[in-house]
Amino acid sequence: MHKNIKTIIWLSVVILGVAAISAIALNRGESISALWFIAAAACVYAIAYRFYAAWIAATVLSIDETRATPAERLDNGRDFIPTNKWVVFGHHFAAIAGPGPLVGPTLAAQFGYLPGTLWILVGAVLGGAVQDMVTLFFSTRRNARSLGQMARDEIGPIGGAAALIGTFLIMIILIAVLGLVVVNAMKRSPWATSTIAATIPIAMIIGFYMRNFRPGRVLEASALGVILLLLAVVGGGWIDHNESLRTMFDHEGLTLAWMIIAYGFAAAVMPVWLLLAPRDYLSTFVKLGTVTLLAIAIIILQPHVHMPAFTQFTDGTGPIFGGKLFPFVFITIACGAISGFHALIASGTTPKLLSNERDIRLIGYGAMLLESFVAIMAMIAATVLEPGVFFAVNSPAGVVGKEAVDAIAKINSWGFAVTVEQMNQLAKDMGESSLFARTGGAPSLAVGMASIFGNAFGKSMLALWYHFAIMFEAIFILTTLDAGTRVGRFMLQDMLGNIWPKIGQTSWMPSVIFTSGLVVAGWGYFLYIGVIDPNGGVNILWPLFGIANQMLAAIALCVATGILVKSGKLKYAWITGLPLVWLVIITSTAAWQKIFSDDIRVGFLAAANDLATKLASGVLPPDKAAVAPHLIFNQQLDAYLTMFFVAVLWVVILDTSRVIVRYLAGKPLLPLTEVAHEPSRLVEDWVRD
Amino acid sequence: MFNKLKVLWQNIRRLSGDDAYEQYLQHYLQHQTELAELKHADLEAADMENIALEKSEPPLSREAFFKEWQNKKWTGIKRCC
Repeated sequence: MHKNIKTIIWLSVVILGVAAISAIALNRGESISALWFIAAAACVYAIAYRFYAAWIAATVLSIDETRATPAERLDNGRDFIPTNKWVVFGHHFAAIAGPGPLVGPTLAAQFGYLPGTLWILVGAVLGGAVQDMVTLFFSTRRNARSLGQMARDEIGPIGGAAALIGTFLIMIILIAVLGLVVVNAMKRSPWATSTIAATIPIAMIIGFYMRNFRPGRVLEASALGVILLLLAVVGGGWIDHNESLRTMFDHEGLTLAWMIIAYGFAAAVMPVWLLLAPRDYLSTFVKLGTVTLLAIAIIILQPHVHMPAFTQFTDGTGPIFGGKLFPFVFITIACGAISGFHALIASGTTPKLLSNERDIRLIGYGAMLLESFVAIMAMIAATVLEPGVFFAVNSPAGVVGKEAVDAIAKINSWGFAVTVEQMNQLAKDMGESSLFARTGGAPSLAVGMASIFGNAFGKSMLALWYHFAIMFEAIFILTTLDAGTRVGRFMLQDMLGNIWPKIGQTSWMPSVIFTSGLVVAGWGYFLYIGVIDPNGGVNILWPLFGIANQMLAAIALCVATGILVKSGKLKYAWITGLPLVWLVIITSTAAWQKIFSDDIRVGFLAAANDLATKLASGVLPPDKAAVAPHLIFNQQLDAYLTMFFVAVLWVVILDTSRVIVRYLAGKPLLPLTEVAHEPSRLVEDWVRD
Repeated sequence: MFNKLKVLWQNIRRLSGDDAYEQYLQHYLQHQTELAELKHADLEAADMENIALEKSEPPLSREAFFKEWQNKKWTGIKRCC
C-alpha cells in the first residue's frame, strides 16, 4: 500500500512536469504564467534528484556510508571538520552561487524564454549537477584534493597544468565582465553609485566590529551590516535628490571603471578581515534573503511572462550579443546549467566538511539544482518585462542608436512595442535618469525584480526596490571581484614562485603588490576596453567567459570520465562522457565561430578587419577613430585567447583519451589515488557490531 | 517546537561561523582528554615527548583563533561565479 502511494505521488509529479513543460514549450499566445516555469523546474528537479542522482550515487559511484570521510579521518577542528549536512549544503551553495546565473539567463532571453529555460533545466540535471556531484565524490575519496591535483594524479601533468591555466584566465575574464556589469549599473546613476560606494565603509565597519570590538561574533555583526545596507539604499535616494551631493556620484562609465580598478587593487592588497570577509557575510545574507523573497513574490504574484517563446534573433542577429541560437544559448546561460568553476569548490573545499558520503547527493547534486532554480528565477524576472522594454534596456547604443527616438524606432521595427514616453516613465518610476542601453543584465534584472516586488509588496516603492536589487547584485559581484583578484594573486605568486622563490611568499608585501597589480591590470584591461566599446563590451566579454567556463567544465568532466574508466566503470562512463561530448561540441563550435565567422558581430577577426578598413578609409567619426586601434587590438587578442582556450581543451581531451585507450588495451597507467577504506566511527550502527 | 527552533538557531550559528571558536575549544578539550588517556597506555619515549609538547600549548584566544580562521578561509578558491 505504502509503495503504491509513493508510485502514485511520483506519477503525479511526472504528469505535472510533462504538463508544465508542454505548457511553456507549446504556448504561442500573448503571455504565460510564470508559475508554469516554477512547476516545470520543481518537477524536473524532483524526478532527477530522486531517480537519476540516487542511481548515480548507488550504482555508479557505489557510495559507502560506512567509510570514514577526510573530514572524519583528518579532523583538526579547523578546516577538516565533520559537519551537519545542511550546514555543508549552505556553505557549498553560498560558494557556488554567484552572479553568473543571474546575468546569463537575462542575456539569453534575447532568443525568447524557451531555449534558455530548457537548457537551464536539462543542462543542470544531466550536466552541471552530475559534474558537481562526481567531482565532490572523487575529491572526498582522495583526501579532499583539488581538481588540478586530481587531474595531475589521474590523467597526467598536462591535465593539471591545463586546469591551473584555465582557472587563472577564467578568473581574469570573469572579473572583467562582472566589473563591466557593475559599471553599467552605476553609469550616470548617483543613487546606484552612492549605495554601492556605501557598501565599502559598511563592510569595513563590520570588519572592525568582528575583529576588535566583538571578535568572531559573526551573526550580530552581519545583522548590523544588513541594517546599514538597507539604510544605504534609502540614503542613496536622498543623495539623488540633493543637487550638490548627487554630482559627486554622477559619473561616466570610464571614470567608474577606473574607480573599480583602483578599488579592486586596494581590496586585493588589504587584509581579508577588513573588507573581503565582512563583505562576504553581508553578500551571503543579502543573496539568500533576496532569492527567497523573489521566490515567494513569484509564487504569490504569479507574474506573466510577456517575452515570446522564440524571437527572430535565434538567427544570430540579436542586439544584445551576436550569434545563432546554437551554440550561443548554451555558452550564454553558462553557470545556471553547468559551470566548470563549481568543480573547484566541489574539490578541495567542500569535502573537508563532509561527515558522510551519503550526503554527497544532497550537497553536490542538490546545491546545483538550487543554483539552476536561481537561473530560472532570473529568466522569469527578465521575461516578465515587456519585450520592447527588455530590448530598450539591454541593447547597446552602438546597435540601436544613441538617441531615444532612434532606439525606439529600431526596436519597434523588430516588432516589439515600446514608446519613448513609456521608457521615460519607467526610468522615473525606478529613480533613474534613463534606462536606455543599460547593458550587462543588472539593470534589466533589477527592473524585473522591482516590478515583481512592487506588485507583491507595494508599488509605491519601485525606486527603492530597483536600487535594492542593484545593491543586491553589486554586493556579491564585488565579493567575487575581491575574492577572484585575491585567488588570482595567489595563483600568480605560486606560478612565479617556481622561477623566483621569494615572490612565492604570500605575505611578502612587494610580491603582494606586484602580483595583485598584474592581476588587476589583466582584468582592468578588459574592463577598460569593454567600457570604451560602443557596442557595450558585454557582447564580447560574456561569450568569452562562457567559452572559458564551459571549457573548465569539460576539463572537470574529462577528469571524472577518466577516473570512472580507470575504476572499471566503463559501462557507466557515459554519465559524464555524454555531457562532456556535448560541451566539447558547443565550446568548439562557439570558439570556431567567434574566431572565424565573417559576421562582424560574431567573429573577432572579421570585426577587427572591418574596423581596420573603416579606420583606414577615414569613415569613422573622430571619437570612434580615437578608440578604434584599441578595439582592433582587443578583438585580435580575444581571437588568440579563444584559440588558446580551445587548444587547452583539446589537449586535455586527447590526454584523457590516451589514458582511456591505454586502459582498454591493458597497458600500465598512473594508479588510482583513492585512499584506502577506513571504517567510519561516526556511524555507530555499522561500526560497533 | 522550541527544540526545533533551537536546532535551527544552532545550525544558523554553525553555518555562519558564529560558533567556530566554541567548536574549536571543544575539539581542543577532546584532544586533551584523548592525550590524557594515552598517557596511561604503553608508549615510546618519543611519543611521550610529542604529547608533552602539544599539551604545553594552551588553546588560542578568541581573537587569535578568529584571525587564523579568517585567513585560512580566504586562502584558495572560495567563491565562484
